[in-house]
Amino acid sequence: MRQTLDYLKETPSQTAGPYVHIGLAPGAAGFDIYAQELGHDIAGPNAKGERIRVEGGVIDGMGSPIKDVLLEAWQANADGIYAHPEHLGEVEDGFRGWGRVIPDFETGNWTFETVKPGAVTDLNGRQMAPHISLWIVARGINVGLQTRLYFSDEAAANATDPVLNLIEWERRRATLIAERTDSDGTPVYRFDIKLQGEDETVFFDI
Amino acid sequence: MKPGPYYQRDRQWQPPALTPDYKTSVSRSPQYSMISLETTVSEITGPVFGHNDIDPIDKDLLSNYAKPGESPIGERIILHGRVLDENAKPVPNTLLEIWQANAGGRYRHKKDTYLAPIDPNFGGCGRTLTDENGYYAFRTVKPGAYPWRNWVNNWRPAHVHISIFGSAFAQRLITQCYFEGDPLIAKCPIVNSIPDPDAVDQLVARLDLNSTIPLDTITYKFDIVLRGRRSTLFENRPEGN
Ligand SMILES: [Fe+2]
Repeated sequence: MRQTLDYLKETPSQTAGPYVHIGLAPGAAGFDIYAQELGHDIAGPNAKGERIRVEGGVIDGMGSPIKDVLLEAWQANADGIYAHPEHLGEVEDGFRGWGRVIPDFETGNWTFETVKPGAVTDLNGRQMAPHISLWIVARGINVGLQTRLYFSDEAAANATDPVLNLIEWERRRATLIAERTDSDGTPVYRFDIKLQGEDETVFFDI
Repeated sequence: MKPGPYYQRDRQWQPPALTPDYKTSVSRSPQYSMISLETTVSEITGPVFGHNDIDPIDKDLLSNYAKPGESPIGERIILHGRVLDENAKPVPNTLLEIWQANAGGRYRHKKDTYLAPIDPNFGGCGRTLTDENGYYAFRTVKPGAYPWRNWVNNWRPAHVHISIFGSAFAQRLITQCYFEGDPLIAKCPIVNSIPDPDAVDQLVARLDLNSTIPLDTITYKFDIVLRGRRSTLFENRPEGN
């Protein structure tokens, strides 16, 4: 008998298209259908840690903001624990660590509120600096893009982060650092994602 | 045996980022290489959903937006199948969300201005969780083809957009399901962003006459495969050696 490998092939990805909001955020598409939409509250009311706001845009190769984008954020809580059965530890009641981010369709700017995640211990025992994983889909994007947002006020942790250190070009690591400003109350981190150009954001095949 | 990292995504099977016949990809495709790394705990985890998050009616697009006693115009279909991983293991309790145009090819979206009319009884989205065997089913109408701006005369084949979570952020996937026999499939630059014809074929739902409800609803079958993961008796080599 000839030996065979019985693996299946992953279903090919296709673009989310311009109307992704109908499926994932119908309220933003302009109609009300579900008793509750998912992904509006990343951290929930009981989360410990510092409340923050992230603001940004996704910029195409012509320098224009992408107005029909949708992002998903995935993060650990302030103790560095993910709300998932494979990650040992407790999260606060109501903490999911996941949310959806929809831009203003006229400007392409988006914003989301959450708590700042803690450093995460990877399965091999290594510490990863605090970060939020982002997944980006839109018309013209054939396979959802994965990147990470790190924090400018975590310079020491960022310097030893194993994922940032895999990026051979030190200059490119800066594309993953969100810049903190404290003005009134909630700290704001600015994170612009550039799909092309000299300061193209680093994306991961992960 | 301990479950380990996810298999790397087969980038020669998946569409590349830059597919010039699909024009919008030209300015929206990263040009530098992606950084490849094994899945960390941030990607082998992902959001978990349960029956408290959704309602049973959400999976029935024939009724989830229709006025009482009415239903949308169009060919009544059931779209069903299983969600498996690359090891052919079912993926249970995972969230599927779908969206589509109505039978005339019009989306209920404030940015869609196609001249085919909105159907007052059709929202165009649905969601469900797979059961313990990875099985799912939606009831809807077959979507219509619609024109889009790419070349002057491009028409999308009838399709349903599908979003799937799996149990890890690494498995997150959005795809489109087409319907067997549609001559527009072969002509579509979005479909043809996928280089391998066998991969395209994986996106074509098959008429499933055995599951059809006589005198009521035609059924199409569409199985979905998410990334699988390694399991091993051996410890991983520590990184950096
Ligand atoms: Fe579509």
